[in-house]
Amino acid sequence: MKKLKVVHYINNFFAGIGGEEKAGISPEERDGAVGPGMALAQALGEEAEIIATVVCGDSYFGENLASAEKDIVAIIRKHQPDLVFTGPAFNAGRYGVACGAVAKAVEEQLGIPAVTGMHEENPGVDMYRKDLYIIKTGHSAAGMKKTVTSMASLGLKRAQNQLVGPPEEEGYHVRGMRINYWAEKRASLRAVEMILKKVKGEAYQTEYPMPDFGRVEPMPPVLDFSKAKVAIVTSGGIVPTGNPDRIESSSATKYGIYDISGLDSMPADDYTSIHGGYDRTYALEDINRVVPLDVMRDLEREGIIGKLADYFISTTGTGTSVGSARAFAVDFSNKLLEDGVNAVILTST
Amino acid sequence: MKLEIGNIFIKDVQLGQETMINEGLLTINPELLAAKILEDERIKSARVELAKPGESVRITPVKDVMEPRVKVFGKGTVFPGVAANKVEQVGEGRTHVLKGTAVMTVGKIVGFQEGIVDMSGIGAEYTPFSKTLNICLVLEPMEGVETHAYETAAREAGLKVTQIIGEVGRNMTPDEVISYEHHPIPHLAAAYPHLPKIGYVCMLQSQGLLHDTYVYGVDAKKIIPTLMSPTEFMDGAVVSGNCVASCDKIPTYLHQNDPLIEDLYSKHGKELNFMGVIITNENVFMADKERSSDGVAKLAKMMGLDGVIISEEGYGNPDTDLMMNCRKVEAQGIKTVLVTDEFPGKDGKSESLTDAVKEADAVVSCGQGNLVITMPPMERLIGTLEDIETMIGGYEGSLKKDGSIEAEIQIIISATSAIGGNKLAARMY
Repeated sequence: MKKLKVVHYINNFFAGIGGEEKAGISPEERDGAVGPGMALAQALGEEAEIIATVVCGDSYFGENLASAEKDIVAIIRKHQPDLVFTGPAFNAGRYGVACGAVAKAVEEQLGIPAVTGMHEENPGVDMYRKDLYIIKTGHSAAGMKKTVTSMASLGLKRAQNQLVGPPEEEGYHVRGMRINYWAEKRASLRAVEMILKKVKGEAYQTEYPMPDFGRVEPMPPVLDFSKAKVAIVTSGGIVPTGNPDRIESSSATKYGIYDISGLDSMPADDYTSIHGGYDRTYALEDINRVVPLDVMRDLEREGIIGKLADYFISTTGTGTSVGSARAFAVDFSNKLLEDGVNAVILTST
Repeated sequence: MKLEIGNIFIKDVQLGQETMINEGLLTINPELLAAKILEDERIKSARVELAKPGESVRITPVKDVMEPRVKVFGKGTVFPGVAANKVEQVGEGRTHVLKGTAVMTVGKIVGFQEGIVDMSGIGAEYTPFSKTLNICLVLEPMEGVETHAYETAAREAGLKVTQIIGEVGRNMTPDEVISYEHHPIPHLAAAYPHLPKIGYVCMLQSQGLLHDTYVYGVDAKKIIPTLMSPTEFMDGAVVSGNCVASCDKIPTYLHQNDPLIEDLYSKHGKELNFMGVIITNENVFMADKERSSDGVAKLAKMMGLDGVIISEEGYGNPDTDLMMNCRKVEAQGIKTVLVTDEFPGKDGKSESLTDAVKEADAVVSCGQGNLVITMPPMERLIGTLEDIETMIGGYEGSLKKDGSIEAEIQIIISATSAIGGNKLAARMY
């Protein structure tokens, strides 16, 4: 089998170029393995070869985030590697952030697998754990051999498209991703066994610890609706006929903003629902059942509300992950604020 | 209450003139079955096709799956109160099962929520119905028939045909007979005083708008929680009428063969005392959710339970019913285990549920439904691929030119059904 080509990213300290006083050096490259790359090369064995090492000072990286990342990615791209390692950074915070940023950029921009290593207290772990495989390390370089062995093993698996095992097997920080596997027993039997343990007060392990959604503090009430600007936001999948933004009928990854200025009521011919989670018969008969434009216009005319926003915002709720929904709202709330909207009516289906 | 289940093992199925079983070979007459279906004026055409395990066959859009059974003695018929059957209490006597077979209703989509059954390839690994001999009823509604009328017609066609096929087993000698007993609560409690008293809360999909379940013919939206003998499920007292996302659909077949009931029975009298099943609904109105979860907790307490297992059908809105049931049952000092599937997004990085309570500290996962897989093309298609891209789990570009399908496993029938029949599970990576 062809030897895999590896590029390694480290900081100036691990490259043997001074300490803090040299942390301002800009990205530069060296042939072959340098510093911890020697141990890493040994762990990789015959299957892979470190062809180049990129070195950058942590201060330089921190002070020139965008350009440093761009320059480092450009050097790595030039070598067309099959696999990239960054660090390990142990508990060095700025180094950890740099290792995470470089590894993430390599995966996203170059589509090349990258593996790094950090101690659990390194701020880079929380910043990048969902994006990256970060091997668990000790505080300091004393545990280098063990760390690079795990990094090499995981990196080779990824570069060779082999199945990556769970965190406790491979030694990486839990990424917070729910991944399927085939259990030995069916779920019903596991449930029966679990209830027996729980009832008897014996130890058991839940298969899904409850998430903490965080609490959204309610806004103070709108004191005078007659002066308020109100917008309609729906997860009922109402879109202009033809679905110009191609919003999915389930598991939506996007939302749309649609103009309703000049309309008194939702015209059934011009709008539709693409939502796959409910029987749309009654929504299609009268779109106002999901986007209640008709009654909102009445309220506007009667002066009960000040003004209705000129658009409504829409997505599909069914199957859409909480994470996507949260991201949509963070995004469009800025627009609502910019447009002076004081209150939103959320309709769901 | 005692119900004997007599399993007649069916090893193969074929189309022929006479409807009969001979040494494990089931023969059915497709014209006869189609004619029966066409008595319903809402249905324009009906065709019977067979699909067997391992074949290169794709069946879609599948609506419901049922198991042919017949009541040999004891009161009532299977599927009481639906499809023109009289309402009579079931769950006692003897019922014969054509084990290894399933009837599937297939054809033009009703909602978005019918799914795929592949008989081989990776898709087959995810559905329990790649392992059954499937008798597929491919239906087409009459022009102009309203959606809900078509759904009813398709559902009733499936139940009627399943009953007709089940009837073949009436005078057969079963290959095995399993006896299930269910005693009055005081007797049960006294019989095994030292074993933990365990109940099962079965949440029935009842969001409405093509998300329905029927209990003795009653729309589950209209029930308040009630107590059932597990044996009633085996006789088809609970029938699926829902088009909920196909991966966590609980088709009628799984109500007839509820894995939680099977596994609770298997340990009954040995490790636990299986006290019965509380059925409840998953209505969309808050008042209904409050009333039903109150009722579940009350019944659990009145039954003197030590612990309950709570199952779920669907995701999103019913997560709230699941959590309310959990919180209120735990508040009675009764332990709970929840069985659910997960929807954390394609990358698995989001929260898996849309609601959570701190009492839910014992959860069993039936897998995450957003996982994307590519199912290879199949040589034969039963049904139509017309709606693949708008079915739940599908998206624009799901159907490839070569006939393969890239989609979330949501699109596969019962891939993650939260009554726990599968080995699929999700874990934190």
